[in-house]
Amino acid sequence: MSEKKPASVTDKIWSVLSSVTLAVVLIAILAVTSIVGTVIEQSTDYDKNIKVISTFVGSGAAPAAYKALNALGFMDMYRSWWFMSLLILFSVNLVVCSIERLPRIWKIVTDPMIPLKDNVLRNLGIRHEITVASKPEDARSVVESVLKAGGMSPQAATSSEDGSVQVFGQKGGWARFGVYVVHGSILVIFIGAIVGAIWGFKGGLNLPEGTDSDAAYQYGSGQEIPLGFTVRCNWYETEFYGNSDMPKLFKSELTVLENGREVMKKWIRVNDPLTYKGVTFYQSSYGPIPTPQNGLFVFKVKSGSGGEQMVWAKMNQPFKIPGTDMEATVVNFSPALTTDRNTGQLYTYTSSMNNPAVEVRFTRGGQEVLRTGWIWKRWPDTGKLQGGAALEFDHYWGAQYTGLQVRKDPGVWLVYLGCILMSIALYVAFFISHRKVWVKIAGDGRKTRILIGASAHKNKHAFEKDVEKMVSGITAGLEGGV
Amino acid sequence: MDSSALFNISTFAYIIAMIAYIAYLAFKQKGIGLAATGITAAGFIAQTAAIFARWSESYAQWMKFSPESSVLLGISRSAPLRNLYESLVFFIWSMILLYLIIEYVYKNRSMGAFVTPIAGLALAFIEMAGIGKEIQPLVPALQSNWLIAHVLISFFGYGAFAISYATSNMHLILASSDRKAQSYIFWAFAFSLFIWVLIVATAGTISGPPPEGMDGRSAGRGMSFWLPLAGLYPVLFFVVWRFGLSMKKLLSSFDLSTDILDEITYKGIAVGFPLLTLGIITGAIWADSAWGTYWSWDPKETWSLITWFAYALYLHSRLMRGWRGVKTAILSLIGFISVVFTYLGVNLLLSGLHSYGGG
Ligand code: HEM
Repeated sequence: MSEKKPASVTDKIWSVLSSVTLAVVLIAILAVTSIVGTVIEQSTDYDKNIKVISTFVGSGAAPAAYKALNALGFMDMYRSWWFMSLLILFSVNLVVCSIERLPRIWKIVTDPMIPLKDNVLRNLGIRHEITVASKPEDARSVVESVLKAGGMSPQAATSSEDGSVQVFGQKGGWARFGVYVVHGSILVIFIGAIVGAIWGFKGGLNLPEGTDSDAAYQYGSGQEIPLGFTVRCNWYETEFYGNSDMPKLFKSELTVLENGREVMKKWIRVNDPLTYKGVTFYQSSYGPIPTPQNGLFVFKVKSGSGGEQMVWAKMNQPFKIPGTDMEATVVNFSPALTTDRNTGQLYTYTSSMNNPAVEVRFTRGGQEVLRTGWIWKRWPDTGKLQGGAALEFDHYWGAQYTGLQVRKDPGVWLVYLGCILMSIALYVAFFISHRKVWVKIAGDGRKTRILIGASAHKNKHAFEKDVEKMVSGITAGLEGGV
Repeated sequence: MDSSALFNISTFAYIIAMIAYIAYLAFKQKGIGLAATGITAAGFIAQTAAIFARWSESYAQWMKFSPESSVLLGISRSAPLRNLYESLVFFIWSMILLYLIIEYVYKNRSMGAFVTPIAGLALAFIEMAGIGKEIQPLVPALQSNWLIAHVLISFFGYGAFAISYATSNMHLILASSDRKAQSYIFWAFAFSLFIWVLIVATAGTISGPPPEGMDGRSAGRGMSFWLPLAGLYPVLFFVVWRFGLSMKKLLSSFDLSTDILDEITYKGIAVGFPLLTLGIITGAIWADSAWGTYWSWDPKETWSLITWFAYALYLHSRLMRGWRGVKTAILSLIGFISVVFTYLGVNLLLSGLHSYGGG
């Protein structure tokens, strides 16, 4: 409210902090500075950004420009003091703006409606006037039922001057709070992010198959983060589309152990993590262990009659093939074996386990070497033996590690709560409006004049149509009654 | 008919519709207008059929690779919202749908001359740039229902922003009195920039990924790439600036006021803004479930936030005295420039600077 007193300094600051102008300025600054952070790669090494900066200022000026930008925090700008300050100022702006406006909105929503003077009624954004032959009492009850049908609870007042009656009603007043919930939800998200930053952590953990750990490691610093329980990787596997090298699935089987006891077990995959006691394990990478000490080759032995049995074997250690009189020995392994198209020679094309194969020597009675050949996981046929039996290569266990992202974020539920609130409130803010209707009914003995005025704080166009429907409802109701 | 034949029909229809709408603007013959609407609607039906045909083709492919998955999973994993090509198609589809609704509600066809060129340009861009159309299996990170929700919602939102973009352009033309007016110069700047960006994006895609340096990292694009394109911009600007105003005469003969245009711009943004918000939220949920971070300030995320800021700026500037009208229309244009940059610029321009990304 404007007062004549000269404004004090605190008043001035308050009025700046509550202004939409400040909001517009802050949003503009946030947007423009954010652009810089997408051009300069964040939290990366010097070489990369020097190259980016030389694109703009030339390689001569680049080191100086880098220094200046670095001093201003642009190499990690979204965590810099000035970006944080902008966000704080932005939040203060939101809070002060709401404190300043909410009481007024509260009053608009909760104040009872009062009948309007003719000149005000005739100046409303939406107006209609009809004259009917019915009696004013009939008109009043029809108007009331039409308002009720429109979702309003009608009230009425009789004028002491000319005895005319005004019926009025409103709906959707609460929708005026929608934008304030939108603004509040931004703060809820901020609080959630702060809670997560203070009480949560984010780290990584590379677990070879068959090993466990009771800690994760901070990215960058490598600092140990105790988990409070133990997690073990039982199995890691990449699945591919058909026989191609296009990965279809990365999955690990994890077990959670407390005091040596198994309390949880789950296959995790990208988009489907495991959560235990607030700590979540995400499948984020994988990789080979070049010389696995405890690696075991897993074979599926199929007998001619359809039976199936798993056999685990060590490199260079013969094992009996169940259901046959033969032994097998793994003598060589390749993570990705293929044949050179030109020379026909076998070679390993990548160190990651895309197309694993084992070279197996078959013997009988421990002495007689029958043959030596490669068995591919991708082509089970390569493991065919005589008589319909097969030695299928399934996995080289212990030769890969699973890369886990480990996170604890006690603030994430607040972030999601804020997101849900914001989504609902945005809908309310844009698509629901505070609508009011006044209907003045005045009889002059033979005819009744009905004056309709209406207003909506948003989407007037849509409400105009509704009011037109109400008017035709009134007309129809009264003609029917005559 | 297979999906690509149907897509070709819809592309062809939108380009013909564009010509018809422009002819309608020039000659104001009701028959031409009706034909324009009819052709657009036919294109829309063909495009809808094409999208479903493509869906069923990718469903067949998914089931071939993953015969063990349920029908429902197969349907969601093969939803045609999986790459740049499919999302561009869906964006155009949403925009045309919204446009047809607006044309019906406001009983005014003149906007078609501004909306169909966006569809025509975007489809021509797909064709020229040779964006991968082949149906490829999904990499593991993309196998998420949140991702489908994210793309669906975001691109529908972009469709709504595109409508606002068209009406803001019309607003600025109608409100301009001469070629020296600041708002007109800005309009010409933004409009020619829009065309220029599409040309750069196309050139960037046609010439393939930027060359690699000695260290195997991207070395960025050289002067031979940027110089001719930079030189093209002033030419484009001049042409738009010189001839843009003649559209004012055409437009003002329609029953269009800057008030109606302002209203439609606002409505487009009122639809687009909540959708953009939901799009950012579903994207964050997806990132959270895939990588354990709902927000990592990567350039794509940050640019979608910048777009969000731009439209928040539009919404709040309307509350400031004397801003509603030309100034807010300018902010709406800036918002759409940001949409296009988020969508194409991040992949095509920033990936030349950095080592990540790529089409
Ligand atoms: C990026 C952050 C913000 C978002 C997403 C946001 C969102 C919105 C939305 C959606 C509306 C409704 C607009 C309409 O109905 O046309 C609105 C209105 C408003 N906003 Fe914000 N806002 C933000 C920041 C702020 C800030 C910092 C202020 C501080 C002054 C502010 C003050 C207002 C006011 C005064 C209104 C009008 C309220 C009314 O009509 O009663 N906003 N905002």
